[in-house]
Amino acid sequence: MSNKVIHAIYNDDDVLMDAVKQTRAAHHHIEEVYTPFPVHGLDKAMGLAPTRIAIASFLYGLVGLSVATTMMRFIMIVDWPQDIGGKPSFSYIDNMPAFVPIMFEMTVFFAAHLMVITFYMRSKLWPFKKAENPDVRTTDDHFLMEVGVHGNEDDMVSFFKSTGAVEVKVIEKH
Amino acid sequence: MYTFSSKLKTFSIVLMVLGIIGIGIGFMTVPNKEEVKEMIENAHDGHHGKATAHDSHATHHEAAPASHDTHKSEVNHETNEHDAHIDHVLHQQQNKPWSAFYVACIFFMLLTVGVLAFYAIQQAAQAGWSPILFRVMEGITGYLLPGSIIFFVVLLLSGFHMNHLFVWMDETVVAKDHLLQAKSGYLNVPFFLIRAVIFLGGWNLYRYVSRKNSLAQDKSNDITNYKKNFKWAAGFLVFFIVSESIMSWDWIMSVDPHWYSTLFGWYVFASFFVSGITTIALITLYLKSKGYLEYVNTSHIHDLAKFMFGISIFWTYLWFSQFMLIWYSDIPEEVTYFVFRIENYKLPFFGMLVMNFVFPLLILINTDFKRLSWIVVMAGIVILCGHYIDFYNMIMPATVGDQWFIGVSELGSIAFFLGLFIFVVFTTLSKESLVAKGNPLMEESKHFHY
Repeated sequence: MSNKVIHAIYNDDDVLMDAVKQTRAAHHHIEEVYTPFPVHGLDKAMGLAPTRIAIASFLYGLVGLSVATTMMRFIMIVDWPQDIGGKPSFSYIDNMPAFVPIMFEMTVFFAAHLMVITFYMRSKLWPFKKAENPDVRTTDDHFLMEVGVHGNEDDMVSFFKSTGAVEVKVIEKH
Repeated sequence: MYTFSSKLKTFSIVLMVLGIIGIGIGFMTVPNKEEVKEMIENAHDGHHGKATAHDSHATHHEAAPASHDTHKSEVNHETNEHDAHIDHVLHQQQNKPWSAFYVACIFFMLLTVGVLAFYAIQQAAQAGWSPILFRVMEGITGYLLPGSIIFFVVLLLSGFHMNHLFVWMDETVVAKDHLLQAKSGYLNVPFFLIRAVIFLGGWNLYRYVSRKNSLAQDKSNDITNYKKNFKWAAGFLVFFIVSESIMSWDWIMSVDPHWYSTLFGWYVFASFFVSGITTIALITLYLKSKGYLEYVNTSHIHDLAKFMFGISIFWTYLWFSQFMLIWYSDIPEEVTYFVFRIENYKLPFFGMLVMNFVFPLLILINTDFKRLSWIVVMAGIVILCGHYIDFYNMIMPATVGDQWFIGVSELGSIAFFLGLFIFVVFTTLSKESLVAKGNPLMEESKHFHY
């Protein structure tokens, strides 16, 4: 099993999209695509499974809502009940409208932060991590498609040339 | 070209006829004084106590019978009060068919204004996704003119004391009420009607001009009409945001003339805006299901559903902001508004929150659901019913007090205006091509894909 990959570099996102579709149609295995900006619809064209971050986000929101409710109930009702504006804190449900802003904010806070953390973990990103992109031009104006080499190398190179790549390289991956 | 199917036409006419019958029954079955007396005497004692505890507007009804009874000096306080109560309930009963008519009338008319505002926003923002839906929006705003005329007639009838929806129009009330005297520079019938003419006139003017330009654009080779529409849309939006706010004080908030809320205009706006967007989605899906609008794809529906979801949340935000501040500060003249609704309108008050917030939140939060026609239709129907109830809650407690009931008058009024709405909207749709082909952004809209 060779570790060779082909780096096909494009300079336009529309050309890239067509190339990705052709590559998939020709049954080559796309390992990764590096782009300087998010290309709309690329995930679908590459055949990536749909993201489940929305489900995670909803669950994180529920966690935030529960934390806020528990926290406010303990602080305002159990631990130190006060009479604010003629509304003595005897029960959570009776004073609930006052806590809604906090419940809402905590829901958003938990959903947002945990979602970002989840995203970083799933993308294997953390502080001081060395950048993985194989060509610095992908941070500027070029798009790079990495495809595993299986079968005839020369055929593949000419195939990627024909998809409109401005550059095709064969790289030994370690 | 769309042809108004005879089935739908018959359906709308049947709705209108049933509606007129319902409204007629509502007006004819208003109980007279004897019946009200009997009704109250049959009711429980507790009912009496609650009804006399009405907020300030009750006072005006007590004025008339008091003067009637002065010739009987022997009348003791107890019977006087009882008599006043009977009169009060009688007036509420007389108001009921009028209020039912008014709520349905203003709901359908404002829903159209919501669509018009949405249309103007799309024009002013030069949105690329929506031009494919412009003819649908123009079709809906076709109802604006008949809707405004009927509505204005109702306001005129109120102004000429044919009904008692607006308590501040009653001079005997104002004479006894310092707060209303202080407001009479603003809340007086001539000025009220002048404002109504300006607002309705301005909206209808924009509707007329934008429609004319939009049709002219289809036949022209340059984009001057499109540019004109852009300028008109921007101007209209400025006029709209001011007039809409004042309109909500005039036509809705002033039925409770002692009470005021500073974000009421926005709150009413959110309510009819989401209803308008929902109507666009429903009519688009209807036309699509009949094989029209072949360029409308699930991405367009998805965007409309996102707006339905987003504006529902926005409505809740405003509703809650208004509620929480008044609930928390607990100032008597403000909080009566909610106390009365929670005591006497518990089901519509909380039911509306479920229909307008909890339900759309849970069902439309899912991305895939926003693309499924049947989910959007189901959510849309619930949202429209919920916002009708929202308007019901804004008007009814002030005009009929605790004598509310969603019966033949209410359903009849809804049926009549729904029938008229369907008839006018689909007639307008059938007059022109369903694709505003002259719009320079049409190609983008046809290929809109998310």
